[in-house]
Amino acid sequence: MLEKMIFGRYVPGNSFVHKLDPRSKLLFVFLFIIAVFLANNTITYALLLAFTVLVILIARIRFYFLFNGLKPILFLVVFTLLMHFIFTKEGALLFEWKFIKIYEEGIRQGIYISIRFLVLVLMTTVLTLTTSPISITDGMETLLNPFKKLKLPVHELALMMSISLRFIPTLMDETDKILKAQLARGSDLTSGTIKQRIHAVVPLLVPLFVSAFKRAEDLAIAMEVRGYRGGEGRTRYRQLAWKNRDTFVIFLFAFLVAVLFWLRGGN
Amino acid sequence: MKEILSLDHVSYTYETEDEKPHKAIDDVSFTVQDGEWIAIVGHNGSGKSTLAKLMMGLMYPNEGKIRVFLEELNDETVWEIRSRMGIVFQNPDNQFVGSTVQDDVAFSLENNGVPFEKMVPRVLDSLAQVQMEEFLDHEPHHLSGGQKQRVAIAGALAMEPQMLILDEATSMLDPQGRDEVIRVVDDLKRAKGLTVLSITHDLEEVLLADRVIVMNEGKVMMTGKPEEIFAHGDVLESIGLDLPFASRLSRELRKHGVNIQGEHMTEKELVNELWTSHFNK
Repeated sequence: MLEKMIFGRYVPGNSFVHKLDPRSKLLFVFLFIIAVFLANNTITYALLLAFTVLVILIARIRFYFLFNGLKPILFLVVFTLLMHFIFTKEGALLFEWKFIKIYEEGIRQGIYISIRFLVLVLMTTVLTLTTSPISITDGMETLLNPFKKLKLPVHELALMMSISLRFIPTLMDETDKILKAQLARGSDLTSGTIKQRIHAVVPLLVPLFVSAFKRAEDLAIAMEVRGYRGGEGRTRYRQLAWKNRDTFVIFLFAFLVAVLFWLRGGN
Repeated sequence: MKEILSLDHVSYTYETEDEKPHKAIDDVSFTVQDGEWIAIVGHNGSGKSTLAKLMMGLMYPNEGKIRVFLEELNDETVWEIRSRMGIVFQNPDNQFVGSTVQDDVAFSLENNGVPFEKMVPRVLDSLAQVQMEEFLDHEPHHLSGGQKQRVAIAGALAMEPQMLILDEATSMLDPQGRDEVIRVVDDLKRAKGLTVLSITHDLEEVLLADRVIVMNEGKVMMTGKPEEIFAHGDVLESIGLDLPFASRLSRELRKHGVNIQGEHMTEKELVNELWTSHFNK
């Protein structure tokens, strides 16, 4: 089940989007998330959706792959859509069946919110699909560098993030192993009341935590012995290079915002 | 011969609140010379992991002195000394810091402030020395245990160390992975004259060493060449060490009245002894 999830996964490629500097991508996605809230009528929402589809096409991500991987999130989108259909009671009444009444405004709001949600999820997924976790961490670290003056431990945060990402598959394997070991001993995780099931998870979590702490200790020793003394005086193996295409992306964003402002309904 | 490491009457006691203090290392002295391969063997609880921690400067002895590269190991010298020795630990997963092979190899270079231009060739060169250059962008969970340990060795080599410490580096590997790692270390030792100190309880690994130090209950029990040590097979077994297969087999054969002479540490030696054993009659 978890193998199919693509939210937060990286798929190597060679497209324009893949080749962008992580800083420009992060900056773009971050600003885009804010810009999404500028849309307030059909044409601006359509623009956002079209733009996102275009980005996916440029990144050469197959729609089927995206659809399959985001199923659980799409379910959430459909759910919001239905909630709006049913509960927003404004505008002209369009449809009535027993106690279900659907109004024009409900449909409009539902579609708008769903597009907003969808666009956000798609954009961040494109970011993580086209950028390796290590590049994201590097990008974050450089982007956050100015905050060092405010005593924000930027290097430590970035290192924490990259180590966590590095250990996710390791801990997943471990969970799988413990799960099988407990199943072999007759533990049952799939039936019984909710209370029983929660009780059955305990023997899964305890060994997992114990081993995670053991790993953390080993890792700390290994890091210290290999000369890790914090960010001070450290050099970087990964170098980021800001190219013309990255500047282009920032200009593209400015252009998008300008168009959004222009097409936006006044109120 | 240049001295690389020396322990001078070193003792270490673990202080615990509820139990009585446990003396893990008791008056241990030995010297390691440049270019030697030393194996420290002992059963669990023999004090060999404590010894490893003391040599890396993770803890300091209660009594005695440790000298590494002719400098006394203390708070001031520890970082400089660590930058000149490479250490490979037991668990391949728990010492892999970087997200990919090349990031991990570069980790100690980054820590020691090596400039970027020098880092790249050193990373590539170190990976080539352990035959892992094709795995540059691989993530750790796509590598086997043996491959991960080879990356760890490359990470150590990147700093161009004078001494390589293998702290149970092969004990979690399958036989194939273990052979890979031992072969790589053996090649390196021959090619570069690297000083190797392997802490192990695997007596097969010991066969490659120039000198063996047997630890038991915090003390040095025996020191000598592998063949000298294996001559005391019964003693080794009595402190919980497993003899190499060939050596065990040769003992058993003799017990059953097969007429063979001497100690046989490798399969080849035993086979040679067996097929020639009737020649002189």
